[in-house]
Amino acid sequence: MDDRKIPDDIKKDREAILREASGLLKDPAKRRLFGNILTLGGLSIATGILIKDHNSVQTILNTMSRFNDGVQGTIFNPNSRSPIYPKSMINNPFRFNAFYQVAQAPVVDGSTYKLMLSGQIRDKRPWTLPQLYALPDQISQVTRHICVEGWSEIGEWGGPPLSVFLKMVGADLTCKYVGFKCADGYYESIDMPSALHPQTLMAFTFREHTIPTYYGYPFKIRIPTKLGYKNPKHVTEIFVTNDFPGGYWVDQGYNWFGGS
Amino acid sequence: MTTDTLADTGTPAAADDRASVHPLWLRLMHWVNATAVVLMILSGWRIYDATNFLHFNTPVLTSHGIVWQWGIAAPYTLGGWLGGGLQWHFAAMWLLVTNAVLYAIISVVTRRFVPQFLPVGPKSIVRDLIAALKGHLSHADIRHYNAVQKTAYLFAMADIVVLVISGCALWKSVQFAWARFLTFGYEPARYIHFTAMALLCAFIVVHVVMALLVPKTIKAMIWGR
Repeated sequence: MDDRKIPDDIKKDREAILREASGLLKDPAKRRLFGNILTLGGLSIATGILIKDHNSVQTILNTMSRFNDGVQGTIFNPNSRSPIYPKSMINNPFRFNAFYQVAQAPVVDGSTYKLMLSGQIRDKRPWTLPQLYALPDQISQVTRHICVEGWSEIGEWGGPPLSVFLKMVGADLTCKYVGFKCADGYYESIDMPSALHPQTLMAFTFREHTIPTYYGYPFKIRIPTKLGYKNPKHVTEIFVTNDFPGGYWVDQGYNWFGGS
Repeated sequence: MTTDTLADTGTPAAADDRASVHPLWLRLMHWVNATAVVLMILSGWRIYDATNFLHFNTPVLTSHGIVWQWGIAAPYTLGGWLGGGLQWHFAAMWLLVTNAVLYAIISVVTRRFVPQFLPVGPKSIVRDLIAALKGHLSHADIRHYNAVQKTAYLFAMADIVVLVISGCALWKSVQFAWARFLTFGYEPARYIHFTAMALLCAFIVVHVVMALLVPKTIKAMIWGR
């Protein structure tokens, strides 16, 4: 490179950089600092990994997750609808997903099945499957199932809105939570506004046929405004409460509101 | 460092402004943003690994030599498992967004943004890019950004906006229907979010390399001069 063509300020600049660099290397304190700056990226990664197991950090993360529950409760608009898709967009086969393999899905005997009710519900008499099938206002909905694991698929679920059932059995609709217990040991709970959302269904059918074992027979709570893990399958008990009930994944660290 | 900070606050504001390359609020926000972005990216990588929808592996050095691991190898990620990654991601997002909103407000109020980043046009970018590649670019006054720098910083800011919008579409596709609309539907948001992340990583690599080549810019971003 021909130095004569380089403007003076750049020459000076080069000299300044060299002077600065040599100065940095002479002074041990500055040299240490410079080294630290160089490894700043590496350091932040290392500290991030180190502090992730630290209890106080976990407390902060849990607190933030509960804060996010509150924010999502505030953002939630009961009039916002999950998009409805054409039947041609339904994924076939629809993906099976649970905390066990498909062969382990619980086999529920529909002839002896009873849905139990507990908590802040006036009429706690159990419901048989034929009684449930006779519930009014049943609809079928083609919606997107969004999984927290980073995939989504479109399916069609049918049944009565959960709100119809909750009103019929005299659930205290001023309570904060609706909880579910399942035949596979899964348990989950949702906020009352989401439970009363018109798209939240007791899904007795999948693609207009009785919901098969692997998708949640005898029924699944289908909530298109929430992530997949908030949609319990094989429901055997519904309860209404003001005491935070948690959930299978929620108790391990997934966000409780899990809304979309 | 303590004496420097004390000297800073002890100086009258006007004199301090003339003396420092970057005002204190900007330096603070730069490092808060850097922290938030690093946390978001590392936890985002852990979340990505739950499905690895682009089906790639990454190399990691172990005692058995180089091993290719599913998705972004665990040692590069933050959170330990999907739930942990999600907790970090959805905590750090408040840091990122709060800082960005404050930055936007202060930039407008102090009228710093326009003179610092604009105007920037294709001609000046090409001119400065050629100069940069030839090593002819002046760093005499690091207060003034050259056209390539301006473009890079504006790009990083716009890219973070894209990340936030596509993030909103992924997080709340029903409540934030506007975000879902802007990303052409739910599934495209995933690809937009990933691509914008990759581009931000590319920016960070270039940014850090350039800063290391001109170390006084690092000093200026820490102490102000």
